[in-house]
Amino acid sequence: MSHTDAPKGTDYLHADYSIKSWLLTLDHKRIAILYLITISLFLAIGGSMALIIRMELLTPEGDLLMSDTYNKAFTVHGVTLIFFFLIPSIPAVLGNFLIPLMIGARDVAFPRLNLLSWYVFTTGGTLGVIALVVGGVDTGWTFYTPYSTSFSNTAVVTAVFAVFFAGFASIMTGLNFIVTIHKMRAPGLTWSRLPLFIWAQYATSVIMVLGTPVIAITLLLIAAEKTLRIGIFDPALGGDPILFQHLFWFYSHPAVYIMILPSMGVISELIACFSRKRIFGYEFVAYSSIAIAVLGFVVWGHHMFVSGQSMYAGMVFSVLSFLVSIPSAVKIFNWIATMHKGQIRLDSPMLYALGFIGLFTIGGLTGLFLAVMGLDIHVHDTYFVVAHFHYIMVGGAILGFFGGIHFWWPKITGRLYPEILGKLSAVLIFIGFNFTFLPQFIAGYLGMPRRTHSYSEEFQVLNVLSSAGASILASGTIIAVAYLLWSLWYGEKAGRNPWNAKGLEWETSTPPPTTNFERTPTVTEEAYAYGPDDESGEVNNERD
Amino acid sequence: MSVHILPVKVYVRVFVALMVGLAITVWVATQDLGTWNTIVAMTIAVAKAMVVALFFMHLRYSSRLTMIWAGAGVFFLLILFALTMGDFDTRWFQVKGW
Amino acid sequence: MSVTERELELGHQFEDLEQQTEAYTVGMWVFLVTEVLFFGALFMAYIVYRSMYPQDFFAASGELDIALGGLNTAILITSSLTMALAVRSAMLDRWKAQIGYILATMGFAFAFLVIKYFEYSSKFEHHLFPGEHFDFKGENGEHAEMFFSLYFAMTGLHGIHVLVGILIMVALVYRTWRMRAQRQDYIPIELTGLYWHFVDIVWIFLYPLLYLIGPLGSGKG
Repeated sequence: MSHTDAPKGTDYLHADYSIKSWLLTLDHKRIAILYLITISLFLAIGGSMALIIRMELLTPEGDLLMSDTYNKAFTVHGVTLIFFFLIPSIPAVLGNFLIPLMIGARDVAFPRLNLLSWYVFTTGGTLGVIALVVGGVDTGWTFYTPYSTSFSNTAVVTAVFAVFFAGFASIMTGLNFIVTIHKMRAPGLTWSRLPLFIWAQYATSVIMVLGTPVIAITLLLIAAEKTLRIGIFDPALGGDPILFQHLFWFYSHPAVYIMILPSMGVISELIACFSRKRIFGYEFVAYSSIAIAVLGFVVWGHHMFVSGQSMYAGMVFSVLSFLVSIPSAVKIFNWIATMHKGQIRLDSPMLYALGFIGLFTIGGLTGLFLAVMGLDIHVHDTYFVVAHFHYIMVGGAILGFFGGIHFWWPKITGRLYPEILGKLSAVLIFIGFNFTFLPQFIAGYLGMPRRTHSYSEEFQVLNVLSSAGASILASGTIIAVAYLLWSLWYGEKAGRNPWNAKGLEWETSTPPPTTNFERTPTVTEEAYAYGPDDESGEVNNERD
Repeated sequence: MSVHILPVKVYVRVFVALMVGLAITVWVATQDLGTWNTIVAMTIAVAKAMVVALFFMHLRYSSRLTMIWAGAGVFFLLILFALTMGDFDTRWFQVKGW
Repeated sequence: MSVTERELELGHQFEDLEQQTEAYTVGMWVFLVTEVLFFGALFMAYIVYRSMYPQDFFAASGELDIALGGLNTAILITSSLTMALAVRSAMLDRWKAQIGYILATMGFAFAFLVIKYFEYSSKFEHHLFPGEHFDFKGENGEHAEMFFSLYFAMTGLHGIHVLVGILIMVALVYRTWRMRAQRQDYIPIELTGLYWHFVDIVWIFLYPLLYLIGPLGSGKG
C-alpha cells in the first residue's frame, strides 16, 4: 500500500477540511463535487418516483395511486430528472471538473460565476422540493397552457420558478464554458487538438446559452399569467396555446441535445482509450457535435404534429428532423470504426460506452419513426414515445454519465472502485434498462396511452415485464452507488493514470492539486495519440 | 484586443444620427403607408440598433469571436421567428387552399 | 501605492491582463446574446398576436402616450451617449469625468423610470391593466387586453433592466471614487456600458412597435 502518500494539503480534496472551504470554494473541482452531491439527491427523488410509477403500472387497475397523485408522480419524475439531474449532470459535474484540466488551465474563466451557478441551482432545487411538499404539480414536465395557467390548482408557480432558477444556473455554466474553452487553453492546444469531450461541451454550452433564455421567459409568463393576469397565452384574450408550445420546444428540444451531446463527448474519450486507438475521423466527430447543436434548433415542431400546428410547418419540421440523424450517425459509425482492429479492453467504463452505442442507436432510429408525420399521429402520446425518449435520455445520457463517472472516478476521488462490481452493475443496468423499455415500444405501438394510471388488461404482460426490468435497473444503480461510496474510504488508492489514458487531465497528480498543474503545460501532439506500441494497456496503477 | 479610444465627435455624430432616426420614425408614423409603415419603422430601428452596436458598443473594433457571437444571437432569434411564423402564416392554407 | 506602479487586479485563473480583458468582454457579449433571446421570446409573442389582430392592436396602441414614449426614447439615447463617454473617460484614466458621466447616465435612467411610472399609473387609472378590472372602450376588448398584456410584459421587463442598470451604476460610482488615487481597470465600466447600450437597443424596438402603430395622423396601421 501507500508508501509515497502525498502530504496533506497538496491536493484539492485535502487543501482544507472546513465546511466553509467547501461552501465558498472557487475551485472548479470542488464545485463539481457540490453539483455531484446535489444532482444525486435529485436522481434519488426522480428515480424513486419512477419506481412508484412502475409499481402502479403492475396492474391494469389504478389501485396504488389516485389518478391525480399519479399525475403528480410523473410530473415530479420528469421535472426533477430533466431539469435537476440530466441537464446539469455531465456539464456541471464532469464538465466543471474536467474542462480546465483537459485544456491545461488553472480554473474556469469565471470561478465566482461558477459558484454562483451552484447556489442558483440549489435555490431552484429547494423551490422544486417546496413545490413537491406543498402538494406537488400535476401538469407534466411540459407545463402546457392553458391547463397550467387556467385550470391547474397545484403549485405551478413555485415549480415554474424552480425551473427558472435551474435554467439560470445552466446559462451561467454554459457561458463560463464558452469563454473558458475560447480563452483559457494551454499553449499549443489548438482547436484540432482538443479532446472531443471539450468539443461536445462547447456545443452543449452553445445550446444552453441560446435556448435557455427562451424557456426562462416563457415560464415567467406562466407565472405572470397566474399571478398578475398578464395573459400572453390566455385563450380568453385571443391567446394561442400553440405559441406556448413553440416557445417551450424551441428550448426543450435542443435540451435533449444538452443531455446527449456531453454523453457523446464522454463516449468518444472512452472508446479511444479502451480501444487504444486514435478516434477515427476526429474532425467529423468534432464538427458533428456543432452540427447537432445547430440543427437541434430547427426541428422543435416535430413535438407538435398533432397540436394544431399548420401541416405545412409540420412537413418542414419533419424533413429538418431527419437531418439531425446525419451527424448522430456520423458519430456512431466513427466510434465503431475506431474500435475496428483496436485492442479493446472491457473495463466497466467501456461496458457503459458499448451499452450507450447500442441503446442510443435504438433510441435514434425510433426517433426517425416519430419524425414521420403519419406514423407520429398513430403513436403520439403513447408509450412508444415514452420508450423512445428513455432510450435517448437514460440509455444515452445516463449511461454516458455513469461511464464518465466510472472513468474519471479515480482522478476525482483518488480511489479505485472494485472492478468486478463495476462490471456487474454495468451489465445489470443494461439488461434492466432493456427489460424496462423494450416492452414499452410494443405497448405503445399497440396503442397504450402514456400518462394514465390504469390501462387495458391486454397490456399487463408487457407492463409486468417493464416493471420487473425497472427493478433490475434500480438494483444495478444502487449497487453502483454503494461501491462508489464504499471506495471513498476503502478503495485502493489510485495512481496518476490508472487507465493509461491520454489527455492533460491524466498528467497531473491524483487527485489534482488545487491549481491543477504545477506549471502550465504545453501541448505538442494531437488528442488520443494512442499507438500500437503503446503496450497492451494493462491497468497501470503506479503511484508517484 | 487593444483599447479603442474614439474621438468624442464620433460619439456625438452617432448620437445625432440616433436622434434624427427617432424623428424620422415618429414622422413616418403620421403618414399612411399601409403595410410599409411597419417595414419602414423596423428598418430604421434595425439601423439605429446597428449604429449603437457598432460604435457605442465598439463591435466594429472587436475581435472576430465577439462578432460571431453577436451575429449568432440575432441568427438564432431569426430562426425562432421564421419557423414559428412558418406555422402561423400557413395555417390558412388548410382552410382556404393556396 | 503609486498611480503608475500598481498592478491591475488579475484573477488567479488568468495568465495575463490581456487574456482577462478578452475573457470578460467575450463573456459579456455571450450574456447579451442570452438577453437577446430572453427578450426575443416576447417579441415572438408580439409578432404572432399583432399578425392575428392587426386592427385591434392598432386601436389599443392609440391609448399609449406617443409624446411621453418619444421623450423616453430621446432620454435613453442621450443616456447611451453619456455612458459611451463615461467608458471613454475610464479608458483615458479621467476618473472625475467618468464619475460625472455615470451620474448623468443614472440621472437619465431615473428620469426614464419616473416617466414610465406616470405612464403606468395613467394606464391603471384608465383600467388598462389586464385582469378583472380591464375595461377597453373600443371593439374586441379581449384583444386590446392582449396588447396591454404584451405592453406590460415587455416594458416591465425592460424597466427591470433599467433598474438593475441604475444599481450597477451606483456600485460603479462607489468603486471609481474609492479607487480614485490609482490607475483603474476600465473593464467594469466597459461591461456596464455594453449592458446599458443593449437596454437602449431594446427600447429602440419597443417604441415603434408599441407606441407608433396607433391612430396617429392619418395612419391606419
